[in-house]
Amino acid sequence: MAVDPIKERYTSKVGEVVIGATEDQGGTRSHTITIGGDSTLPFLQFEGEIPHPPVIAMEVVDVEPDWNEDVKKPFAGVLQDPAAWARKCVDEFGADLIYLKLDGANPDGEDKTPEQCAKTVEEVLKAVKVPLIVVGCGDADKDNEVMPTVAEAGAGENLLLGTAEEDNYKTLTAACMVHKHSIIALSPIDINICKQLNILISEMNLPLDRIVIDPTAAALGYGIEYVYSIMERIRLGALQGDKMLSMPVICTVGYEAWRAKEANAPEDEFPGWGDQEERAIMWETLTATTLLQAGAHVLVMRHPEAVRLTRKNLQELLVPNKF
Amino acid sequence: MGLTGLDIYKQLPKKNCGECGPPTCLAFAMALASGKTELSACPYVSEEAKEALESASAPPIKLVKVGTGDREIQLGDEQVLFRHEKTFYHPTGVAISVSDALDEDELQARLDTINGLVFDRVGQQYRVDLVAITNESGDAANFARTARTVAGKTNLALVLVALDPVVMRAALSEVADQKPLLYAANNDNYEEMTQLASENGCPLAVLGDGLDGLAELVQKIVDLGYKELVLDTGNREISRVLADLTQIRRLAIKKRFRPFGYPTIAFAQGENTRDETIQAAAFVAKYASVVVTSASGKHEIMPLLTVRANIFTDPQKPIQVEPKVYQVGEVAPDSPVYVTTNFSLTYFSVEGEVEASKVPSYILAIDTDGTSVLTAWAAGKFSGEIVGEFVKSCGIEEKVNHREIVIPGHVAVISGKLEEASGWKVIVGPREAAGIPSFARSRFAS
Ligand code: SF4
Repeated sequence: MAVDPIKERYTSKVGEVVIGATEDQGGTRSHTITIGGDSTLPFLQFEGEIPHPPVIAMEVVDVEPDWNEDVKKPFAGVLQDPAAWARKCVDEFGADLIYLKLDGANPDGEDKTPEQCAKTVEEVLKAVKVPLIVVGCGDADKDNEVMPTVAEAGAGENLLLGTAEEDNYKTLTAACMVHKHSIIALSPIDINICKQLNILISEMNLPLDRIVIDPTAAALGYGIEYVYSIMERIRLGALQGDKMLSMPVICTVGYEAWRAKEANAPEDEFPGWGDQEERAIMWETLTATTLLQAGAHVLVMRHPEAVRLTRKNLQELLVPNKF
Repeated sequence: MGLTGLDIYKQLPKKNCGECGPPTCLAFAMALASGKTELSACPYVSEEAKEALESASAPPIKLVKVGTGDREIQLGDEQVLFRHEKTFYHPTGVAISVSDALDEDELQARLDTINGLVFDRVGQQYRVDLVAITNESGDAANFARTARTVAGKTNLALVLVALDPVVMRAALSEVADQKPLLYAANNDNYEEMTQLASENGCPLAVLGDGLDGLAELVQKIVDLGYKELVLDTGNREISRVLADLTQIRRLAIKKRFRPFGYPTIAFAQGENTRDETIQAAAFVAKYASVVVTSASGKHEIMPLLTVRANIFTDPQKPIQVEPKVYQVGEVAPDSPVYVTTNFSLTYFSVEGEVEASKVPSYILAIDTDGTSVLTAWAAGKFSGEIVGEFVKSCGIEEKVNHREIVIPGHVAVISGKLEEASGWKVIVGPREAAGIPSFARSRFAS
């Protein structure tokens, strides 16, 4: 019996965003990375193209982070040196991109100056040749001081800068406009706010191909089903031609997964849950697995073993499956 | 599902005799479409029409049951392709494989491991559902003995994995009353396997050769009169399996292609059990009704079962905890008091963090109809008055000897009203639950 597979015909596709710039393009990267461009649902190559498979960015922090020991161990010796840390991620663990978080700027922490932050960004740019994502510390006022300086220091590098939110997007958008970077638009697991923020940013004349959606990746066990469905709806919207949902999606997998109790609870307190380190690695990995199925384009991850497992899964998912 | 009153009307005798209750055939058709009556109420409907209407109103994917009593699991009967369209109804059954080539001690150890795969998290219990016994020994007696041992020593439903009908029959003589899933009928053995399945009333997996071969084989088995089926295209590469599972689901739901109107089974593959766990998780998200894996580590199965719990959460219903006073740890009259909403996700993040702070505390879960703090506040369900009212009435005043309450940082604005309404002193806590441990350490640690 010949079965006639259903191949959906979509009117549109996910937009593409380029991160990084080579010397010819005014930057210093060895190559650029393009994300998005899919004309199908995740991994259904039988009905469309996936010109740019999902990529993995590894997270580097400018000050030694308050992370679980298990996820700090692989970076022992470089945790206080973001440039060396980034190099290790690329050389040893094969990170496609570096996601540099400027936590040191936090006024409740080291309260680093914008200039100090910009210097860190420059050091990391020197240390690695892959494209860079740079995000602020999360304190809106401080980020508005820091990020314009960072954007200026990185001019020409076509960075992906974050994060813009509905009540604080103008300064970062302006900085991206002036210094030609792309922006991460963060919405709180809410498709309407996601769309609204993209509209607001594009109304400031930042082109759509310079916006990346961060839908707020909840961790496995902590609401991942909400973001899963939001991401499915974003992808369907993009394929059906909704321009304000057509941007590629970034998910902060490591940050979310390593906040979960299941990643941190020691086995002696929860003997029924199994080895903590192994469990934490699987928690991060399956958070990534699930979000890949929902349509993630950039996974921001922490543990090298979770990165390795996810990369392998990704390669297997990309084996052609045309009928 | 699916049929309109007019679709039904076309099939009726149009005598307008009223014997069915409503005065006309059209009125009867309308009542039928809205489920208010049964087709059998019309004595004149033709056999042909009956069949057409029944198959059109059958669910797009059949509900198939494996196991009996409290081991029973229900598979299939899904209605949508995306969970946001409605919900996914029947959670993927997770089956852990056991080889019949194990000796007695090894088998016992394996079953102990499987029986230990029960997890308590966020107020729920997660467990695996099935044991898949594989006929690696090639021997019928071994297979039968292993099946008997598994049935006796676990409380899980069974999948019998053997392609030789003789071997299958041997195991069925031991465990047929457990209604195991028989895996599988293929092109060579389907007549005997179908016979075995129907004799014993057991569901039967159909192992086809790709989508085309599978559809053909299903049709042959249906023609033999058996319909308690579970589908497998025989492909094992994950990208191929996901494509197949997607097509089976799409064709069943969008085209009502009957040969694919059954639940599915997928086998996770990989170099090691971590790879298998990852594949299994992808299959849970994308339409497998049963996944079989050899992975059995707690650190693997707990996250896998969490993926399942999350994907199969009904998106229409916010999950709620009972609004009341909760205790975390060995509380005393001077323990801190936190307040949050009864949205389970919010509540359990707060509970997890309070637990992590190692400061025994009370948590008040306010009834916000299961919405998060900010949503509840915006909707007027987390106002100073409402929280104050709850503080006065929930019994916390008898439990503690102080009058200080910690509220989420996001709703600092309710402080004044809450102090007025309750007479308690308000402490503005962190905005996110994750901030609780450091907040508690600096504020409450003795
Ligand atoms: S009994 Fe049958 S024929 Fe008579 S009115 Fe009802 S539907 Fe029509």
